[in-house]
Amino acid sequence: MTPKVERLSHAAPARPSLLAFDLAVIRVLWKRDLVRFFRQRSRIVGALAQPLIFWAMMGSGFAPSFRIPGAEGVGYMQYFFPGIVTMTILFTAIFSTMSLIEDRREGFMQAILAGPGSRTAAVLGKVLGSTSLAILQAGAVLLLAPLAGYSVGAIAWPLLVAHLLLASIALCGIGFAFAWWLNSTAAYHAVMSVVLLPAWILSGAMFPMTSGPGWMRTVVALNPLSYAATGVRRALAGGSLPQGLASSSTVTELSVAVGMAVFGVAVATWVCARNSASS
Amino acid sequence: MDTLEAVGLTRRYGDRVAVDGLSFRVARGEVLGLLGPNGAGKTTTFAMLAGLLAADGGHLLVDGEKLAPGARSLRARMGVVFQHPSVDAKLTARENLDMGAMLYGVPAREARDRINWALDLVGLADRAGDQVETFSGGMRRRLELARVLLHRPEILLLDEPTQGLDISAARRIWAELLEIKQKERLTILLTTHSPEEAEHCDRILVLDKGKTIARGTPDELREKVGGDVVVIGSDDPESVVVQLKEKLSIDARVAEGLVVFAQVNAHELVPRVVEALPHGTVKSVAMHRASIGDVFLELTGKTIDGADAEEAEILERRKNKAAAKREARP
Repeated sequence: MTPKVERLSHAAPARPSLLAFDLAVIRVLWKRDLVRFFRQRSRIVGALAQPLIFWAMMGSGFAPSFRIPGAEGVGYMQYFFPGIVTMTILFTAIFSTMSLIEDRREGFMQAILAGPGSRTAAVLGKVLGSTSLAILQAGAVLLLAPLAGYSVGAIAWPLLVAHLLLASIALCGIGFAFAWWLNSTAAYHAVMSVVLLPAWILSGAMFPMTSGPGWMRTVVALNPLSYAATGVRRALAGGSLPQGLASSSTVTELSVAVGMAVFGVAVATWVCARNSASS
Repeated sequence: MDTLEAVGLTRRYGDRVAVDGLSFRVARGEVLGLLGPNGAGKTTTFAMLAGLLAADGGHLLVDGEKLAPGARSLRARMGVVFQHPSVDAKLTARENLDMGAMLYGVPAREARDRINWALDLVGLADRAGDQVETFSGGMRRRLELARVLLHRPEILLLDEPTQGLDISAARRIWAELLEIKQKERLTILLTTHSPEEAEHCDRILVLDKGKTIARGTPDELREKVGGDVVVIGSDDPESVVVQLKEKLSIDARVAEGLVVFAQVNAHELVPRVVEALPHGTVKSVAMHRASIGDVFLELTGKTIDGADAEEAEILERRKNKAAAKREARP
């Protein structure tokens, strides 16, 4: 069988502008992440089951002995739920950016880098794709909010969405930077268990840090993820927290979130552009 | 684009110079091959040209205009085929092509025609809706080839285009490449460590340890070796070399345990060689027309495969050293 081959014009076509290339890269990477996600059902199930199992198991174990001074009305299942939401975001960001390591060496990302788009666009596209997945998964977890004792009508939705978006962007950017810089899955695993997971635990996501030793409270105060965790908790509680849980103010939480999102994207762009050819 | 010229391309890794002042010139419609073993600097050169790796020195001249290797304006006019195809296995062939067209800014209407054309060209039209994970290695590479043609590139850059493919898949890729080259008057730049593949090139740059050790058309390179190559198998290759020199004034050498020499009209010589050597010394004699691979052998005293093995050994040793260092740490 000889394929039918038409003869098309040979004239070199007019090439689009650099901005058009960048927008195309963002669009392609975003679309690709979404298509792949919905095509891999097992991934969706796994991504949702894990935080939920964690929530149910830890929750039932700790619930009977849980009591926070200054927030006596809050049970453990309710306390831990916002932590599970931030964990969902963290895990999605980690796994989505970890895939970059292989993708860059022998996958789709090679084509993005050899294409006419800029490195900044590659970072933005990937971060946008990963962020969308994180939001989708966090959204699915949030369907269980009533079970955790949060009434859907009372949640401060704009604040919640803002925090989820900003935390996703920040974590995807930081994950991108680690993946690019380390360029090894084993090393990324090490960073995940030595930096990212401890950062989540020390954010007050699992248990309040107010009763810990002094150094721990300092770490919590310096940990940007603490502000995301508290911000999400505040939004779920309708905008204000009982005095025993309000370790920071709404403005501080949002400012840190914006700062981290900007930082994440900037550091990813820097790492990505560092060793490749012109932008 | 009429000419692409590389001037003094250089790239270091630490104190190892992977590509050392590489220069070449390729004209429109020409196929230029970078031939060499692993570690010769081919892949580093490829990565610099594709914009994946910054060069430490050197520049390109595209129709006389000076550009950095991997400059965006050049990337827009180039199509890059990777050794590990960059098509996404979870997407269908058509989705991959759609995204390929989008990345290079091909307008949607035109992209549709162009995608159908490319699918036909590489013989994948009936598989357009299938996920790429169901494709063989050869099909993936053909799909990748189709994808990089959508935006009418002026230059095709290919990294080991048939590496890991069986012979029929490799032949098919080459038939398609040459057809495309003709139809679109494309310039093709490729890396390869297969001397057979290098025969498809109009001109070849032979690389070893980051430097060009020979360049020319396949025929010119063959002439460098001088006609035919004779390979003698013996239990004592060193003494065969000495005797050939003494009795027949032939400059032979030992390469990987075999005695090798090049000679014009070697068929007249072979009977005399066998007679000249003591009975039982010669275990085998083979003669063939000089190939591109022999050029490498002639210039370096190693076969390309032998150089590959050597490079692998160096890497292995380096890895073991690093591992030992890690273990020594408390």
